[in-house]
Amino acid sequence: MGNVSSGQFKTGMKVMIDGDPCNMVEVEFVKPGKGQAFTRVRLRNLMTGRIWERTFKSNESAETADVMDRDMEYLYSDGEMWHFMEPNSFEQYAADQNAVAESAKWLKEGDKVMITLWNDNPIAVTPPNFVELEVVETDPGLKGDTANGGSKPAKMSTGAVVKVPLFINQGEVLRIDTRSGEYVSRA
Amino acid sequence: MNNHWQPSAEILTLRERAKVLAQVRAFFAERGVLEVDTQCMSHAAVSDPFIDSLEVSYQPYPGGDTQSLYLQSSPEYAMKRLLAADSGPIYQLGKAFRNGEFGRLHNPEFTMLEWYRPRFSSRELMDEVQALVSEVLGQQHWERLTYRELFLQYVGLDPHTASIKSLKALLESQFDMPFSDDRKDTWLELVMSHLIEPKLIEPVLVYDFPASQAALAEVGTDSTGTLVATRFELYAGGMELANGYQELRDPEEQADRLQADDQFRGQNGLPQRPLETRLVAALEAGFPNCSGVALGFDRLLMIKLGLSSIQEVIPFAFDRA
Repeated sequence: MGNVSSGQFKTGMKVMIDGDPCNMVEVEFVKPGKGQAFTRVRLRNLMTGRIWERTFKSNESAETADVMDRDMEYLYSDGEMWHFMEPNSFEQYAADQNAVAESAKWLKEGDKVMITLWNDNPIAVTPPNFVELEVVETDPGLKGDTANGGSKPAKMSTGAVVKVPLFINQGEVLRIDTRSGEYVSRA
Repeated sequence: MNNHWQPSAEILTLRERAKVLAQVRAFFAERGVLEVDTQCMSHAAVSDPFIDSLEVSYQPYPGGDTQSLYLQSSPEYAMKRLLAADSGPIYQLGKAFRNGEFGRLHNPEFTMLEWYRPRFSSRELMDEVQALVSEVLGQQHWERLTYRELFLQYVGLDPHTASIKSLKALLESQFDMPFSDDRKDTWLELVMSHLIEPKLIEPVLVYDFPASQAALAEVGTDSTGTLVATRFELYAGGMELANGYQELRDPEEQADRLQADDQFRGQNGLPQRPLETRLVAALEAGFPNCSGVALGFDRLLMIKLGLSSIQEVIPFAFDRA
């Protein structure tokens, strides 16, 4: 891949920093009227998730990283790896624990997810913003308690534990916001 | 659908912009300051090493020999030539151009308000800056600090005595800055832009800059005997808003500074361009004791309207122009 000079940095650009692919979360051009120009960048290491700020001189550049996001279908997990398929090419990809990380608890077979590939290897898995999952374990529902704000934990089919209203019963399918991990509604 | 025909500012914003333009003109008319509109294009370019001029090609006829001209990065040189020709107090509200400067607070073509006041000290000019900005922004809490006091207050270091190493260490405790630079001013500027400026929300007038950052200001000594530039800057809304000087009058010193800038450019691989020697000649002819200041008009408007990017206050920002 090529190099990109700091003056051309843009939010969302993927570059290699110290051997790891990183995403530019925020880019700010800094220049005092009479002083030197700098580019201040908020970076996220796509391998470790670490977020930090780095400042580049105007004559510095960075190597662009071959990183792309692809929509795929989640197939199954064999206990060690999670398997996904690109729906157009039917090409299959396997992601390890590091790549799947916290997303594992939202993965339901057949759901569409976004896979981040670096040099064609999955390095991150992003679940859909909303998923519909079945409750496999929770205390019995309290009839009539639909208005009060109380909640209780419920274990979902994927293993995630979500706080749900008291009236929810085992076996119900719920809509969950994966970004906040919160219950939205009955599906 | 391609929406790139649309302005980057809302029409309502442009109405406000027009009002403030009129307000500024009324302010100076009332004070007997003459409006001038010097040329955007010049045969000479600015000398400041870190300001890059935009170059344009002039041709006497299509296909003829081209001649390089430069778009003004500020109207300073031309206005000073007017002052030497006894113009009296003058102001200019017009376009300035800076190559490569594009970001949330920068547009390569922007509107600058610059004015000069013969017989004003830099202190008196600070008063006038405060009066104008207060008129536009309304009542604000104002503060005046020396450059030293500002650094002591915000980062606990004396900028005149701090070493490059201590400035770098301070920055690296919060930011990754894996480069070296043996120019102390670079590190002072980084501390200013990364650690101090973002916190200066209410207007602060900062004066007595390090002598090494004099540009075209007179140099003197402060109460502690440190060499300082009689230069001031206004910060507000977390950004640099204006830069003023007790103007340098000595033609020899002026010629030396132009040469020094040019030499620095040569040593650092920066473009070397024709120097404005007519400014030296103008100072030789006699230049009034005077103070001058340049203020970023677009940024002033951003603060007034509470907008976070310069693109939102100009009709067609760089990527739509």
